[in-house]
Amino acid sequence: MTEAELRKTVLETLGHIAPEADLSALPPSKDLREELDIDSMDFLNFVIALHEKLGVDIPEADYPHLVTLDGAIAYLSERHVRS
Amino acid sequence: MPSLGADMEAGTLVEWLKKPGEAVKRGDVVAVVETQKGAIEIEIFEAGVLDRILVQPGEQVPVGTPLAILRTDGAAHEPEPGLPQPPPERPPPPERPPPEAPPEVPPVEPPPGIPPEVRPEIPPPPEQPPVEIPEPEARGAVRLQSTPAARRRAAELGLDLAGVRGMGPEGAITLADVEAGAAARPGARSSERPRAGFDPSEMRKAIATAMARSKREIPHYYLTQTVELRRALAWLEDLNRERPPTERLLPAVLFLKATALALRKIPELNGFWDKDAFRPGAGIHVGWAIALRGGGLVAPAIHDADHRPLPELMAVLRDLVQRARGGGLRSSELTDPTITVTSLGERGAETVIGVIYPPQVAIVGFGRIVERPWAVDGALAVRPMVSLSLAADHRASDGHRGGFLLAEIERLLQEPESL
Repeated sequence: MTEAELRKTVLETLGHIAPEADLSALPPSKDLREELDIDSMDFLNFVIALHEKLGVDIPEADYPHLVTLDGAIAYLSERHVRS
Repeated sequence: MPSLGADMEAGTLVEWLKKPGEAVKRGDVVAVVETQKGAIEIEIFEAGVLDRILVQPGEQVPVGTPLAILRTDGAAHEPEPGLPQPPPERPPPPERPPPEAPPEVPPVEPPPGIPPEVRPEIPPPPEQPPVEIPEPEARGAVRLQSTPAARRRAAELGLDLAGVRGMGPEGAITLADVEAGAAARPGARSSERPRAGFDPSEMRKAIATAMARSKREIPHYYLTQTVELRRALAWLEDLNRERPPTERLLPAVLFLKATALALRKIPELNGFWDKDAFRPGAGIHVGWAIALRGGGLVAPAIHDADHRPLPELMAVLRDLVQRARGGGLRSSELTDPTITVTSLGERGAETVIGVIYPPQVAIVGFGRIVERPWAVDGALAVRPMVSLSLAADHRASDGHRGGFLLAEIERLLQEPESL
């Protein structure tokens, strides 16, 4: 999966969690939870959806890597290649 | 039209899911009703045969208006295994006198207009067309995998659900999926704002009514306690390390279970203030406060929370949050809570002191988990902790007993493996 495809998957997933948000205006290096008003349950659903779509195992200890859009894409592309 | 909360005065029938002549059993979803809290699935509490439909899709009627006539003679009374048993004192909704209905509402008479006998045969009046709903035959196949709000919105948009990809639990099509599907259609108007499963201004009114009544009628008392969480969080971390994301637990589920178990010991905080007396809840059905995107909140019941293992509670919680936000809460989930718990989560304020949702008599609050200095054996240590609070109805209990509840919740959270 290319980085562009990963980006699309991440944005789609966020779109389901925050349907009213304008994701094209999402600052890529800011905290998603703040930008999209995502709570603990939403974040868990985000992780679950990525896990299911990409088959990537995301341990709880790695959650901090996923809190920005850029961070999530970098983390997922690395894990995705390895798996 | 059942009362789905102290704040509800009327509801609009959206869809019948059963036809006259069809057999129903307790717990079946028979209709969908639009309320201030969004589209709610109405369950039936008695087995029988749906005899006549009295309210057609599109009609708004006051709480207490009969929606349909159920024939209960014959051998239709079979208990439904696996469903929570409703309290014996609870009559079936069609016969229940509306607790909140204004006195001028006739509780048993169908609304004026066409005589009931001829209603089932005639279509709804054309000047007030109901939302287009797929035929029951077509719907049968789709129903299991889509929420009522999603079906309704799809009908409004003229969108075929067969072409929508479901992202909900087990691939269910949610409202968000329908909006996404509609936006992806060629020629879709980008100006069309995604619609939530409820109308925010109506939701605001419902909250205003209930909370104003609470502050007007309920003499609240308040208690708070700080609970140290090192053991609980370490236990949770260990547990989650071994599990795929779908099976991981959030701290909130520990709070939920600890509260439910503690209520067994202090039952006078679990129930209702009803006609100048306390009426204990039949079971511990925790109303879980869920903030809705775009404003508003709803606190649907997690039935028998004290009896369910943590993984099951977590699954129920995830499903409930999804349905609260996307539409598809069930009537029993709105009417059954015997207490409310609000947990603010990792981005919330440090402390919350709640307002009781009448006619309940208590609300338990958990703030954000924070690290703070904590005295351990005469020295300072940094520990995770949460601010736990209780707001309770002084007519039903006193602070002394309320304090026991908080102490018991604290004790249980020190032994997470016992939850």
